[in-house]
Amino acid sequence: MSATAQAIGSAAPARRGSLQRSRRWALIWSYVFLVLFAIFFLMPPVYMLIMGLKTSGEIAAMTNPWWVFHPTLENFKALLTSEQYLTFFRNSAVIALAVVVITMLIAVPAAFSLGRMRFWGSTTLATGVFLTYLIPDSLLFIPLFKIMAWVHEHTGIALLNKWWALIIIYPTLTVPFCTWIMIGYFQSIPKELDEAALIDGAGYIQMLTKIFLPVALPGIIAATIFAFTVSWSEFLYPMAFTVSADQLVLPVGIVTTLIKGDVYNWGQIMAACLLGAAPPLIIYAFLMDYYIAGLTAGATKG
Amino acid sequence: MAQVTLRKLVKHYDETPAVRGIDLDISDKEFVVLVGPSGCGKSTTLRMIAGLEDITAGDILIGGDVVNDVPPKDRDIAMVFQNYALYPHMSVYENMSFGLRLKKVPKDEIARRVQAAAQILDISELLDRKPKQLSGGQRQRVAMGRAIVRDPKVFLFDEPLSNLDAKLRVQMRTEIKKVHQKVRTTTVYVTHDQVEAMTLADRVVVMNGGLIEQVGAPNDLYHTPATKFVAGFIGSPAMNFMPCRLEEVAGGLRVRLSEALAFPVPQERAARYRPQLKNERLLFGLRPEHIIEQRPHLEPSQVPFEIEVEVTEPMGMETLVYFLVSGSEVCARVAPEAGARDGARMKLVADLSKMHLIDDESGRVL
Repeated sequence: MSATAQAIGSAAPARRGSLQRSRRWALIWSYVFLVLFAIFFLMPPVYMLIMGLKTSGEIAAMTNPWWVFHPTLENFKALLTSEQYLTFFRNSAVIALAVVVITMLIAVPAAFSLGRMRFWGSTTLATGVFLTYLIPDSLLFIPLFKIMAWVHEHTGIALLNKWWALIIIYPTLTVPFCTWIMIGYFQSIPKELDEAALIDGAGYIQMLTKIFLPVALPGIIAATIFAFTVSWSEFLYPMAFTVSADQLVLPVGIVTTLIKGDVYNWGQIMAACLLGAAPPLIIYAFLMDYYIAGLTAGATKG
Repeated sequence: MAQVTLRKLVKHYDETPAVRGIDLDISDKEFVVLVGPSGCGKSTTLRMIAGLEDITAGDILIGGDVVNDVPPKDRDIAMVFQNYALYPHMSVYENMSFGLRLKKVPKDEIARRVQAAAQILDISELLDRKPKQLSGGQRQRVAMGRAIVRDPKVFLFDEPLSNLDAKLRVQMRTEIKKVHQKVRTTTVYVTHDQVEAMTLADRVVVMNGGLIEQVGAPNDLYHTPATKFVAGFIGSPAMNFMPCRLEEVAGGLRVRLSEALAFPVPQERAARYRPQLKNERLLFGLRPEHIIEQRPHLEPSQVPFEIEVEVTEPMGMETLVYFLVSGSEVCARVAPEAGARDGARMKLVADLSKMHLIDDESGRVL
């Protein structure tokens, strides 16, 4: 950025001053808005933390909402020793991990074949994959519900009110988008690379595992994070498909068990949300660089 | 033994013909360059030999076996691509050994072959680097190394020097020639650069519009081109073409280029050219280096004439002089000390023993 500015500046020395000034103003405005947005988006988690550290009494007393006078870890302790909350957590984690694995097992080979192996109808199919992603998932849960009921009726396999059934459902959300990301990523890899591999003696499987997977790693990580986040935070489907307390996942469990009638256990709700938000946050923090590289892949050459 | 033979080779993309039936015999250890303008079918031909493109009709034989339907990996060929196509996540060593590892060649054998190839290409110190850390020339060497270690029957080069800057290109050209002298593998090399073709090839194949125009040793193509296309494509600056007609005069034939300018045809060619006396669409072709400044001693075939200089281009070792002959621009290469000046009149000499007469209708050199 600064190198570009300098290059332009040295090419037209008369305008150096005005360029630097306009650049300074652009920076100032960027910072102003960045700070505003950061405050705006950080407020909810900070509020969650503050509330999570308060006792029910302090919350009921309606003291300053941005300050804790008698901090306590009671809420966190109660949750982490609660069998129920740990069950929600386990359900969510198992589902998310399973969905990530299933999604990648389907999306990567699908994207490879759609993006790299030219065959009749591959472009149409690729567009079709993307179109399915455009259908809002809130429109799909009723037909999905019917399908699951039908399966139960005809095979005797109960899929409703079973947390593991969500492992079959979520890929319908994650596979199309992940396939689409991966198609774009695979297509950005120069085609001479697979030709070189073909001549070197690689089959399609070896080409995928030895060349494409390592080269497309940023894209794969981006897709993995996406699949994990979607299945971790999905609310509507588990709300519709699971009912019993031991079958719930985290987002639904928090809402249904910590709100009893009109009694809101705010301290525990906030603490539970904070704990629930932690896993994706940790994963993001570690893989952020890859994620951004993955989402912007193909934007520039090289 | 690895000859490559193309028999009536045809390639259509949908309905568009890219290669329209070519025959070519490449003998063992030969270095053959396919050259031509873009879209002439040279790269398609190479990719068909590699097995990266299906062939529409005809046969390809490598080492005597028809390989039309043999997958690339079983053709025992190695290819060097224009953009190198190195595997970005692998080190130079891993890049070069990838093919051997897939073939399950023993580890120590792989190490020996990679070291040997690295020695030839002078990249022994780079074996641990990633492609990203290499310069363009080094990447090109690695790409060649990857081809050499496989010890294939045939090397295929697809415009390997096009991505390099001019100076490096000349250097790598010599390098490729040296490598070929060391490893002596049958090589098919594609380029659009006629200088590369001339300098590297044992034989040059000039292609145009999906057909072979002419096959021959570099000097043969230069001195006895078969067609107007070859005459104009090989050589830089390009051969001069001037519309002309033949005249019968006492003692022989003359080519008339304009009202004022006519050259006598060398005696030994008179018989060959006489049938063209009626031809209205003849071109007179003469290379710039065969039009030079006036000198005190002239060969019998050298004929002096006077022109008005349009533009001069001093090149250092020579000066290019441009002038008009009845509307067509003509280039001459004169010595810098000949004193050519823009707009001045000047005496030049044409060496008629090097002339070509072309039938513009068929494009054949007569």
